[in-house]
Order: sequence, then structure tokens, then C-alpha cells
Amino acid sequence: MNIALQELNDYIANSLGEMLIEAEIRLDELIITVNRESIVDTLKFLRDDANCQFKQLMDVCGADYPEQEDRFCLIYNLLSMTHNFRVRVKIWTDESTPVASVTSVFSAAGWWERETWDMYGIYFSDHPDLRRILTDYGFEGHPLRKDFPLTGYVELRYDDEQKRVVYEPVKLTQEFRSFEFLSPWEGVQPLLPGDEKAEGQDADAPKEGT
Amino acid sequence: MAETEIKNYNLNFGPQHPAAHGVLRMVLEMDGEVIDRADPHIGLLHRGTEKLIEHKTYVQAVPYFDRLDYVAPQNQEHAFVLAVEKLLGLEVPKRAQYLRVLFSEIGRELNHLLNVTSYAMDVGAMTPMLWGFEERERLMEFCERVSGARLHMAYYRPGGVAYDMPEGLAEDINDWAVHFVSVIDDLETLLTENRIFKQRTVDIGVITAEQCFDWGFTGPNLRASGVPWDLRKSQPYDAYAEMDFDLPIGKNGDCYDRYLVRMHEMRQSLRIIHQCLENMPDGPCKSEDHKVTPPAREAMKDSMEALIHHFKLFTEGFRVPAGETYTAVEAPKGEFGVYLVSDGTNKPYRCKIRAPGFAHLQAMDFLSKGHMLADVVANIGSVDVVFGEIDR
Repeated sequence: MNIALQELNDYIANSLGEMLIEAEIRLDELIITVNRESIVDTLKFLRDDANCQFKQLMDVCGADYPEQEDRFCLIYNLLSMTHNFRVRVKIWTDESTPVASVTSVFSAAGWWERETWDMYGIYFSDHPDLRRILTDYGFEGHPLRKDFPLTGYVELRYDDEQKRVVYEPVKLTQEFRSFEFLSPWEGVQPLLPGDEKAEGQDADAPKEGT
Repeated sequence: MAETEIKNYNLNFGPQHPAAHGVLRMVLEMDGEVIDRADPHIGLLHRGTEKLIEHKTYVQAVPYFDRLDYVAPQNQEHAFVLAVEKLLGLEVPKRAQYLRVLFSEIGRELNHLLNVTSYAMDVGAMTPMLWGFEERERLMEFCERVSGARLHMAYYRPGGVAYDMPEGLAEDINDWAVHFVSVIDDLETLLTENRIFKQRTVDIGVITAEQCFDWGFTGPNLRASGVPWDLRKSQPYDAYAEMDFDLPIGKNGDCYDRYLVRMHEMRQSLRIIHQCLENMPDGPCKSEDHKVTPPAREAMKDSMEALIHHFKLFTEGFRVPAGETYTAVEAPKGEFGVYLVSDGTNKPYRCKIRAPGFAHLQAMDFLSKGHMLADVVANIGSVDVVFGEIDR
């Protein structure tokens, strides 16, 4: 384990105090999870503190975990050229709660946040120019959400009669095939016929007792 | 006399403009011939790469990386395979590391050759483009000989590279590298002290080091502003720690310095190429762990184990332990990062691609403000944008 990284981890954990939820080192990478409300303060601290000097925001991106209550994770990757460290700051949010924009701390965040809004529909408050960025003009939906289908909903083609490009609902000439090759005997716990009876009895037994 | 009111007007630059380096649409708000605001509209080449990768196995995802920055495809693949290897905890044989470094540097030459020469054409010089493409063609032939594809190599694999070099290729690359110095010299004769070229580039699009940090600049654009930062030096990956090369840095951070830095980087890349060829160790070109890399064809003929590995790899692929990593390489354009999240299955759960050009293009408004329309062309050329990686 990298000692300098461990020291930095402890230092940041102490300095952030109540804003911090979790700080850990995994695969030699420092990961900090903080409160949603304190993201701007956290990044300001990481940028300006003499021991951190994370002066560059390399990337902001989202990730979708639909089974969780706060389904979106926002990831900020920072780089300190002074100390040659990277840190990853994470916050969690749901579909409706806006997150404060960090464009006041890093100008570079502007487009990354627009992209995250476009792809996941995470709303950023105080963003100077929150428009869609990568998708088509007038696009609906947020394509990188896990519940957005790979094929999308609309397709477009050039219509020779109307002499223009027309939008239409997606028509697949062949049914969408999802190849799932995960072999059943490794990942999934096998449930043999009859297993549920044995477990059912065990689970029921204490209930009757109480 | 009534006061004349002068209105700003909007100008659409692109999406089909030879100097836009791809499908860039810029809405320019202009006061006479001076830029007030530049608003790049991107996404015209958006193909949903990140979404597609979530539906593909790890090996199937490799070719998507070629199609990001299609000018230097090798370097993108490099970032992805390093990220997968980090999650797998996989050791890569020395020879594979050298091969990857060798072809990453060829990718750098490919990129800088295209950028510098097409940039020269944007500001009025025709000949460098023709000379540059001749050399690019030679380099792409090397790519074809090693992988079968001129452009989209799909050559790097988690655990090494797909094939070893064919006989005679090392000598040919060496011959090319020896001769290429004179091509760089010729290009410099045409451009470096050229009066028109300097008029168009010196003091145009100046960016200071602090502004570079603020806007997330990396790569040659950052070094042109005087910051000696290169991931090959500061966070060396693969065999870069064993290479001896210098970092050219600029002083003024203008378009001219960015050009000079790229020219010097080509010379430094040549040094790395020579070192790779001289010190290339013998041995396997991919990991011997056949849970990840396919076994040799001969082994499959008489080993049941090898046959099973082969079948499993080409149907299910390999599983990557749950975890996440942000792995970055020094691509020719800057820091190319891959944020990879695995949930323990054979497909990435999330794969975010951090393209250097995205951050550089974002600063276009800030770089162009107050410049003339013609300088916008110089700025776009000098920050080196390719829309494959920006739109993804």
C-alpha cells in the first residue's frame, strides 16, 4: 500500500469532517464519498488546500444504479499535478434532487455537467448554460440510464417524397437479441428443485415460535 | 444625424467546413469581424459508444476505442486495456509492453503528422499536408502488417497484444524512423520560420498555465503553456518507465508554441521508437493466463483445457472482479482516461471515456473571444480536436 496515499486519505478524512461519508483506497486509488450538499465546498477545499492542490478537474460523470434509492452516482475525477495524486469524489442523488454545479470552482465542469444532464437527467442548479450537448436537437429521454433501451425510441431517415429528414418510431426488422452468455454454473447460485422446501421450513420455524 | 446602430450578427461555422476538422458546428456571435462569443454545438457524430460498451464483453469493447480518436486509435485501446488489466490484477509480459509502447508512439506520430500538417493547411500552407500524408501511409502500412488493419487496429488486448510482429517488420520500422528525421526537418523548413505561418499563429489563442488548469487542459496544449507534465513521465505505464526521452515545453501558450511542441514531440517519439526496437525482449506477446487471453491454435488441437478456454473466451468472455478504476494514458491529444466500473460479470457496468478534446474544445469560447474570424480557424487547428472522441 502506498504510504503517501494513505496519509493523504487520513488528512482529507480529518479535514472534511462532517461533509465526509466515506474515504477509502481501492486498487491504489483514493475514493471519497461526501454529502450531496457539500460538493462545492469539498472541491474548493481539494483545489486550494496546500496538501491537496487538486487543481485539475479531469472528468465529471454519472453512473446509474436503478435498484438503489439514490440511484445516480456522480463521480468527479481530480488530478493534482503538484503532488502527482488522483482523487475520485463521489456523491449520490436521485432523479428529482438537483446537485449544485461546480462551474464556479472549475470552469471545465461546464460541459461535463451538461453531458451528465444529457445522459442521465441529473439536474445541476446554478449551472450557467445547462443545455443538452451530445444528443440531437429536440431529443427526449436520457440515454445512458439503465432503463433506456439500447435501440432508443426514434430513428430518422431521408424521405424522398417530402425531401427532408423525417423522425419515426424505431422499427426493428429483426427482434433485438441480447446475447447472455454468463454460464449458469459459476455466477448464479443453483437452486435445485426441492431446495425451497428446506429453506422455507427453516425460515418459518422461528416465526411460529415467536 | 441619427445614430447608426450596429448589430452583432451570428455566423454558422460548420458543420461542414473543411477547417472545422470534422463535424463541428460553431455558432459565432460577431461584432464586425471580431468574435464576441463562440458556441460550439457538438454531438453530430454521437454514436452512443458508452451505452454500446455496456452491452458488449470486455474484448468486444476494444474496437470501439479505435473509433473514438480515429487519427491515433492505438492510444485509446491502450487506456482501455490498462483499465481492464488493473481490475483483473493481470501482469503483462515485457514484450507485450514494449510492443504496446512502440505502437502507441507510432500512434503519436500519426496524430501529430495529421494535426500539424492539416493545421498548416488551415492557415494557408498546402505542401506539408501532402508530405505528411505520405509518411502517415507508411505508418499505417506497419499497422496493417502487425494487425491486419490500417486504421482501426484492434490490436491491444487485456493481457498483451493480439499477435506478435511478423518477421522483418522491426527492421522496416527502424529504416523508416531513421529516414523520418529528414521529413521532420523538411516540414520545419517550410513552417517554423515561415513569415505567413508565424503571422497567423504567434500570439493567437494565448492561454496561461493557470487557465489551462481551470479548463482541464492536458497534453501538448498544456505543455505549450509551460507546464512540464506528461503521464508517460509522471505516472509511467507499461514500459515507459524504461524509456529515455525529453519533454518539450512552450513558453507563451499560443498557437505557434503548440505547433512547436508537437514538432518536438515527434522527434522524441522517434527516440522512444528506436529504444523499443533495440531493447525489445523476447518472450510471449500476451499473458499466459488463458482465462483471459486465448490459447495458441496448436494447443487447442491436443489439449482439452485449451479448447475449453477458447470456447469460453469467445462465447462468454472473461469475468472481471467487481471494482472500479480511473486509468489514464498520455494520448497524443492529452489525457485520455477510462473510468471503468465492473460488477463482476463479463460486461462493463459503466465505461466513461474522458476525451482530451472535449475539454479543449470547451475552451474555444474563451480562446476565441476578441480574435478575428480567421483566428478561430487557427485556434481549432492548434488545440487539435477530432470529433470521434469528443462526440463518442
